Amino acid sequence: MGAVIANDRDLNTTFGALADPTRRAILARLSRGEASVLELAEPFDMSQPAISKHLKVLERAGLIVRGRDAQRRPCRLEPRRLKQAADWIGTYRQFWEESYSRLDDYLHELQTKEKTRDVKKPRNHRRTR
Amino acid sequence: MTSKNLEIIAEPGKTSFTTRRVVDAPRAIVFDAFTKCEHLTRWMGPRNLTMASCTTDLRVGGRYRFVFRGPDGNDVGFSGEYKEIVAPERIVRTFVFEPIPEAAAVETLELEESGGTTIIRTTTVHKSVENRDGHVNSGMEAGMTEGYARLDALLADMLQKR
Repeated sequence: MGAVIANDRDLNTTFGALADPTRRAILARLSRGEASVLELAEPFDMSQPAISKHLKVLERAGLIVRGRDAQRRPCRLEPRRLKQAADWIGTYRQFWEESYSRLDDYLHELQTKEKTRDVKKPRNHRRTR
Repeated sequence: MTSKNLEIIAEPGKTSFTTRRVVDAPRAIVFDAFTKCEHLTRWMGPRNLTMASCTTDLRVGGRYRFVFRGPDGNDVGFSGEYKEIVAPERIVRTFVFEPIPEAAAVETLELEESGGTTIIRTTTVHKSVENRDGHVNSGMEAGMTEGYARLDALLADMLQKR
């Protein structure tokens, strides 16, 4: 249970991190290759500390990893976590097509059961207590 | 023989989308299948997800919540509140994909019986076109496997905040 709750929270952290347009733009930039804080700050008209804050959120959410090079600490996209988030949303069609196909089988099963019960129970049978 | 295809109609620029699907059962049974957990846990969701928990408090103002568990053990919840219930033909309820609570929608389920089969119609109204597109988006998986080249647009679609 503990692990499940932790995973749930992880996913919430991921989506929380993705909810901000600047952070999405940072991820989009990183999808083209790694970059330093300085390089990332450039197009955003934002101070380095502000960008660093966003990077911390992304790092905590597991969406990016940062290099060990103390000077530059280049940021890199961590696609695994993003893929996980996307997998959860899945595609609506796939979710419902498969659900409905299961529903077909299940409704068939339910109705077969009902018919069998009807056959087994004589119509005018009355139980005396 | 009626078509078992799931129709999804999402007109460009609209905040809502509708679906239509026919099943071979009277609507009273279908209504139960959509509202009782003993049934829902048997069919709702793709086969690779199990419904880890289910609650349906079927009354106006009552809440429902479905938690699905993926093959990797991760859970995700869908939940909302019943706004209108006309058994066995119509339910209006709010719908929240819990990881993105700001993208809440209102969902109407309508069941129409026709010669032993039931037409299931859903209408989902989102707050914005972007939220709707994020909900329906069918190209998303393909996009994700394309090496994240279209990441920007994709994420904007998925998670546009209003």
